[in-house]
Amino acid sequence: MLRLSVRAADAAARRRLCQRGPRIILQHSRPYTEGNTGGSAAKIVAAGLVSFGGGIGGTVLYAKWDSKFRTTVEKNVPYSDLLFGLALGPATSLDSTPTKKQLELAQPPSLMLEEAKSSKNKAKKVPSVTAATTPASNIEEASAEASHIISAMGEVPSVPAPQDTEAPKEQCEECHQHSPPETALSSEEPSEPGDVLTAPEEPLKERPAEEVTARIAQQDQADQDTLTFVSDKLEDSLASSATATLQAIAAQEAALQAILQHTQKLKEAMETEVSAEQRSSHWKDLEDAVCARSRNVEEAGAALVQARASLDSLRAVVESAKDSRVAALRPMVLAAEENLHSMTVDLDRAVDKVQSVESEAKIVSQYSELVNEAKQQFQRELSSITPEIQANWKGLSGTLSVDDLNALIAHAHRRIDQLNREMAEQRVREQVHIEAALEQQKLEDQKALEKAVSLAVEHNLERARLEQERKQVELREVMEAEMRTQLRRQAAAHTDHLRDVLKVQEQELQAEAEEVLSSKMMEQETRYRQLTQEQLDNFTLDMNAAYARLKGMEEAIDSHVIAEEEARKAHQLWLSVEALGYTLRSSSLDSLTRPLEPAAQAIRESCQDEFAVALAAALPEESLQRGVYSEESLRARFNALRSLARRVALVDESHNSLYQYFLSYLQAALLFEERQEAPPAKISSQDLDPFKILSYASYSLEQGDLELAAKLVNQLRGEARRVVQDWLVEARLTLETKQVVSLLSAYANAVGLGTTQAP
Amino acid sequence: MADASGLKWDRCLADTAVKTVTGLGVGMAFSFLVFKRHTWPASLGAGLGFGMAYSNCQHDRRLPHLLHGHMVKDQQ
Repeated sequence: MLRLSVRAADAAARRRLCQRGPRIILQHSRPYTEGNTGGSAAKIVAAGLVSFGGGIGGTVLYAKWDSKFRTTVEKNVPYSDLLFGLALGPATSLDSTPTKKQLELAQPPSLMLEEAKSSKNKAKKVPSVTAATTPASNIEEASAEASHIISAMGEVPSVPAPQDTEAPKEQCEECHQHSPPETALSSEEPSEPGDVLTAPEEPLKERPAEEVTARIAQQDQADQDTLTFVSDKLEDSLASSATATLQAIAAQEAALQAILQHTQKLKEAMETEVSAEQRSSHWKDLEDAVCARSRNVEEAGAALVQARASLDSLRAVVESAKDSRVAALRPMVLAAEENLHSMTVDLDRAVDKVQSVESEAKIVSQYSELVNEAKQQFQRELSSITPEIQANWKGLSGTLSVDDLNALIAHAHRRIDQLNREMAEQRVREQVHIEAALEQQKLEDQKALEKAVSLAVEHNLERARLEQERKQVELREVMEAEMRTQLRRQAAAHTDHLRDVLKVQEQELQAEAEEVLSSKMMEQETRYRQLTQEQLDNFTLDMNAAYARLKGMEEAIDSHVIAEEEARKAHQLWLSVEALGYTLRSSSLDSLTRPLEPAAQAIRESCQDEFAVALAAALPEESLQRGVYSEESLRARFNALRSLARRVALVDESHNSLYQYFLSYLQAALLFEERQEAPPAKISSQDLDPFKILSYASYSLEQGDLELAAKLVNQLRGEARRVVQDWLVEARLTLETKQVVSLLSAYANAVGLGTTQAP
Repeated sequence: MADASGLKWDRCLADTAVKTVTGLGVGMAFSFLVFKRHTWPASLGAGLGFGMAYSNCQHDRRLPHLLHGHMVKDQQ
């Protein structure tokens, strides 16, 4: 076993050397080339260029092989990403790892295992030599390796299904869009591609239902693919591992047989005391058996390694299948695990057998080695005694001299003596040795027992674990079913609740919306009404304005017409008034007066005005019928009357005798007052005597002031008053008529002015 | 009124003349018949007549508002 492990370690070291070989050669070659140059500068430059190009090319090639190296180089060396982009295209960190993985998968599983083993051995060489002997540690190591492999597999995403290539592509595109550290992170996550896709976008927004269903379908499809893929892989690896295990077991059996045969042969060769020919034939057989044994053992070791590798790969596959959380894989994985377990148990059992037989064979070989050692010692002793007869002393039996023989015999005697002593000593020691051997055997037995116990415990633990897992799976299924029903129920309840809440919300929202709608409608209606009202108002206003304007125009036209009519009437009135005035001023040929009736009649006809009618009616009847005296005739009459009035000036109401008349006549004849005198501004009744009054009145009359003259004449008293009474009446009539006519004229003028339009 | 005054004066003078002449004639008749051709009956009669006319005239003057009736001739 020790040898086996040593051999395995040697093989691993050799393989490691082989793996490192090219690199070492490359490293060696560089100093070689550099060392070769040194003659001229051109050679140095050329060598530098070559080495630089070689370095860059090697870096690029290695970066193509290892993406992590590439990312580190890209991170550390500036502009290297451009070079890599030019040489290798865009960084495919995720694409490269699956290819590597596939490459690794394509390699024989034993190589992988040996790689892992070698790495493990590199890490700790001494424990590999010492502790690799025990199967328990082997198993631990195998499990550790498996875990290493699994962790190495876990570093890359789960094996992509052939149909799933779009998803990693998408992922890769996303990864390219992101920064390189992020891609490294995402590549390290052992999650499904869908998760990586959905996880960063989930908090952004809720996906539409079609997309979600499509995604779910896609995921289902991916699950199905992974399921078929993993099951295929499981079956393949199961079949391969089963064949490998069977082969290994067969090889172990063969090795067992060979070891047994070898041991038998060895024993026979050791124990039989036969002739030299037979012995040589025996030893030849033994050599053949040794060869066969070593060959068989090697084969068995290789088969065992292969079987372990296949089992490890199977375990890795099982672990990966376990990791891929597809529920349908569970029973398959469980069955595979059980198979794996049974295969491991069988393999361990066969290995145990072989190891027990090997230990026996080791004892035998130790024994034979001891015997050989004793022989060699004897030979050495002999050679020391007889140095001249060294080699090939077997063939020199006839050439021995007597002395030699004597010496030999003496030596033999001494030797026998010594051997007897040694035997006696040995017997004593034997006891101790046996005890020690027993102790050792006990220890070995105990170790073997412990090992077996640990193996059994492990197997039992494995079985219990499997059982537990199966039960766990069953329980999980039951629980999942229950949970599913519960979930369904909850979902139904949730749906109901949601429906209720939605209904309530809908009602609330509807009510709110209706309220808002009604308020908006009201508002709009009010606004519309307001607008309409405003428009109507504006329209009405405009209409009113237009109507008023029209009305005003009409009125203006009417008033114009009326005014024209009025003007015409005023004109007519004025004309008639003028006619009246003319009639008033003029006198006819036959009489002093002219009746005003026709002119007044014309005025009355020409005006329907109340004022004018009233004025026309105010004309004295006498003037209408008879006419009035003109101012001139009144003046003439006054001049005639004046002398009369002077003659009776002294006669008042009480003194009216004829004598008074005579006296008055005398006074008038004797007095010579001024004929005309301007009346002062202020006149008192004491200042007035009939002569002064008459002169004032005469002046007034001459000035044309008939009214003042009438007023003055009105101050006369007594007989004089009686004398001028008629004149006074006529003057009054004339004044009255004149006043009316002047009023009428003013009125006619006013009306004419009022009706006259501005040009 | 001026005319009326003149008419009054006319009437007064006419009345005076008539009365005086009439008194003179009566006085003269009496003188011739009764008083044997004495002059005083003639002067007395003329005085009487004149005095009567004078008082009439004065009365006429004093009653200016007294309308004197007179025959209205047919205006035809």
